[in-house]
Amino acid sequence: MTRRVVVTGTGATSALGLTADELWDGLLGGHCGIKRIQAFDPIEFPCNLAGEVPDYKIRKCVPKTHRKATKLMSRDIEISVIAANDAVESSGLVTKAIDPENTTITPTRTAISFGAGLISCDIEEIAPSVEKAVTDGQFDIRKWGTDGLQSLTPLWLLKYLPNMLPCHIGIIHDIQGPSNTITCGEVASHIAIAEAVEMIARNDADVALGGGGEAKVNPVVMMRQCLHHRVATDSNDAPEKACKPFDANATGSIFGEAAGVLILEELEFAKARNAAIAAEIVGTASSNSLNTDCTHLEQDGKGLQVAIRKALKEADITPDQIDLIIPTGTGIATDDKAEAAALKAVFGSSIKSISVWPIKSMVSHTGAAAGAIDLIVAVRAIEHQKIGPAANFDTPADGCELNIATGATDKEINYALCCGYSFGGQTAAIVIKKYEENA
Amino acid sequence: MDHRVVITGMGVVCPLGHDVPTMWDGLMTGKSGVAPTTLFDASTFPTHFGAEVKDYDISEFVKNPDLHKNSNRGSQFVLGACVQACKQAGIDTETDTPTDNIDRTQLGIYLGAGEGSADNHAFFSSIINGWNADDHTMDWGKWTQKAMKTMDSSRELEQEPNMPARHLALLTGARGITRSCLTACAASTQAIGEAAMIVRSGKADIMIAGGAHSMIHPLGQTGFNRLTALSTRNDSPTTASRPFSATRDGFVLGEGGAVVILETLQSAQKRGATILAELTGFGSSNDAFRVTDMHEEARGAVAAMRAALKDASVTTDDIDYISTHGTSTNENDSIETLAIKTVFGDHAKSVPVSSPKSQFGHLIGATGCAELITCVKAIEENTLPMTMNLNDPDPALDLDYIPNKPRKTEVNIVMSESFGFGGQNNVLIIRRFTGPRQ
Repeated sequence: MTRRVVVTGTGATSALGLTADELWDGLLGGHCGIKRIQAFDPIEFPCNLAGEVPDYKIRKCVPKTHRKATKLMSRDIEISVIAANDAVESSGLVTKAIDPENTTITPTRTAISFGAGLISCDIEEIAPSVEKAVTDGQFDIRKWGTDGLQSLTPLWLLKYLPNMLPCHIGIIHDIQGPSNTITCGEVASHIAIAEAVEMIARNDADVALGGGGEAKVNPVVMMRQCLHHRVATDSNDAPEKACKPFDANATGSIFGEAAGVLILEELEFAKARNAAIAAEIVGTASSNSLNTDCTHLEQDGKGLQVAIRKALKEADITPDQIDLIIPTGTGIATDDKAEAAALKAVFGSSIKSISVWPIKSMVSHTGAAAGAIDLIVAVRAIEHQKIGPAANFDTPADGCELNIATGATDKEINYALCCGYSFGGQTAAIVIKKYEENA
Repeated sequence: MDHRVVITGMGVVCPLGHDVPTMWDGLMTGKSGVAPTTLFDASTFPTHFGAEVKDYDISEFVKNPDLHKNSNRGSQFVLGACVQACKQAGIDTETDTPTDNIDRTQLGIYLGAGEGSADNHAFFSSIINGWNADDHTMDWGKWTQKAMKTMDSSRELEQEPNMPARHLALLTGARGITRSCLTACAASTQAIGEAAMIVRSGKADIMIAGGAHSMIHPLGQTGFNRLTALSTRNDSPTTASRPFSATRDGFVLGEGGAVVILETLQSAQKRGATILAELTGFGSSNDAFRVTDMHEEARGAVAAMRAALKDASVTTDDIDYISTHGTSTNENDSIETLAIKTVFGDHAKSVPVSSPKSQFGHLIGATGCAELITCVKAIEENTLPMTMNLNDPDPALDLDYIPNKPRKTEVNIVMSESFGFGGQNNVLIIRRFTGPRQ
């Protein structure tokens, strides 16, 4: 007997706010969170734009017992902790963080699977130590081994281990079941959510947090995107117009930071506590793009096709039953075209009637968080039977003739698909369904 | 219906050698993979030594090394390990027209893979260029100018932890479920466990599972040295890794890549693959205790061990050997011993346990897979690897640690444990394959 897995809560930090509600309202209103970078002075950067999470005070976002541990939090960890709080609160579950005396979860039956990026260290934190290891203007490894190294804070490494995102969340909410950290670049959280679903389905947990977080607005990480030629460099004066997925005038993507968390529950567990069920996860899959040039998808998006087909098969539906697709849609012309080719190959003529809603033009490309953010938006769209506008889509690029909405609209949505691919090759697809008791 | 999961191939590149027979021979003959560090000048670091993979050239294994240009050390090691494992399992590599009759969409990859080393010249010279020592501020304009000149797109990309999995996809043409995880020192055990769950469910027929990691680079060693997790026994590197010894003073940083091929029994039998062992149990838990320490009562480790036993439908009496995490740190070895005593009770002292890390060091993300391979060999050879350098027993640690020489004994069912920073606990159980399940 298969255990069904439903979504009962969503939480997010993004360029559109510190909650999933703000993310959804912002997207529905067509708001753009992309602005000039505040985290550092991007003056010499070819692209000086990003999607940044608004200010917060991390010490106020954790229980008293965990305040000291905030010193060990990189920004990736902070924004993930805040998103997890938002998700748990929205689900109505009571965890140790909310009320230690009256928790409604069993810690050992609660799991977490989280997508994380390659966390780059804080340059301004390490710079004073590097300063101690310079001879004649050059880095001196021997001085580093003595003076430089010794001046770094002892627990330095622990801020930058990717598994520290779910580790902190696990301590705060007392999650003692399986905990995994998926590091598959820009499909990390798609895959983490798929695995969280599996943890419940195979009866290793009744509740699981699935999601991901990444704070890409670090000079090293942003410089990588510039060097990879992935960024739009022509729109520094028009941040809101910079990222144009599937549009004929697309010139590149804009990167940013976010974290997203879904509360997943086994159906009977959710029903027993009268939880509000937002949607059901019915199909997940992943595959590989085998382009020897790993900086782009295969032209026909074959690796993406395989993942989407398998996810549809697992959902036991035909392609024309999908009502909404949240695609990767980066604004990088080559990849958008390949993704559109993959969608056309899988959906055939029915692609014309399926709404496609790319959201990176508003929230930016948030790497390991992107899949979770997409899933949250798809869940909300199903809940409200509504989709919002896709900003900056005016004229379809050649090959990208998709049914992209340019205004907010009511929409009957029974099934939605989120799909993604990583810079490096992994692909993923997830199908979610409007919840019906007798499926 | 659940599928039975069997192991049909394995490969390793580690400090004791570049293949499984060499590693095993080294383990049996008391060799150590530990020596003074050569990958960078560590002479002024608190630790001057490590367990490096020596004299490795990817072209030993890979016909088209150009395709993997600039790949990080972990990727290079795991490519070699994957070629070995695929060859043993009968999976074609480096061909567009495989003749192995394996559906590529049912062939997946799951690695516990680490990040590659920073490009040190670019990283440090950009900081030096931008840092204003007078007022302790960063001039981002100057930082950027240097970074744009020195950072290389490909070398930056190859640092990403999902790149080893990408290299294996190119090598094998795998189009099935592909994942990469990074749960510190437990990563490849977790990858193998989750991959086994995927095979068990039938979502893939075959999973290439394992680990890849090297943190033997300036910032990697800096992190561990600051945590005082590494041994500083600079006057005697080969005896520095001494798990369960009273004089243990930290782990020895190693590196490597390792792969096992996991497959449904049905697929293995259909293909006529040689079955090396069966994977029957996986347990995974989270301490949820502290960022810095293991739970004092080994709460998470105990839960993971019990979950694995339950999953494998065996009791503690059935376990012939435990391959420990056994890092040679004070904390791990004490708490792991406590965990074994808690789970095994009166039976604990009669179960032989050991740590191959005493010989090949701690391969971080790759270590769990390398150790699982030693467990398969233990079953094949009916011989248990030793805990080397155990000459000063810790009176508080009183299990049968198989000190200093391997042991011949009948070995059928084995437990392998990995624990990671952040409270990650993962435990696997494998057993001799005996045909139809009783």
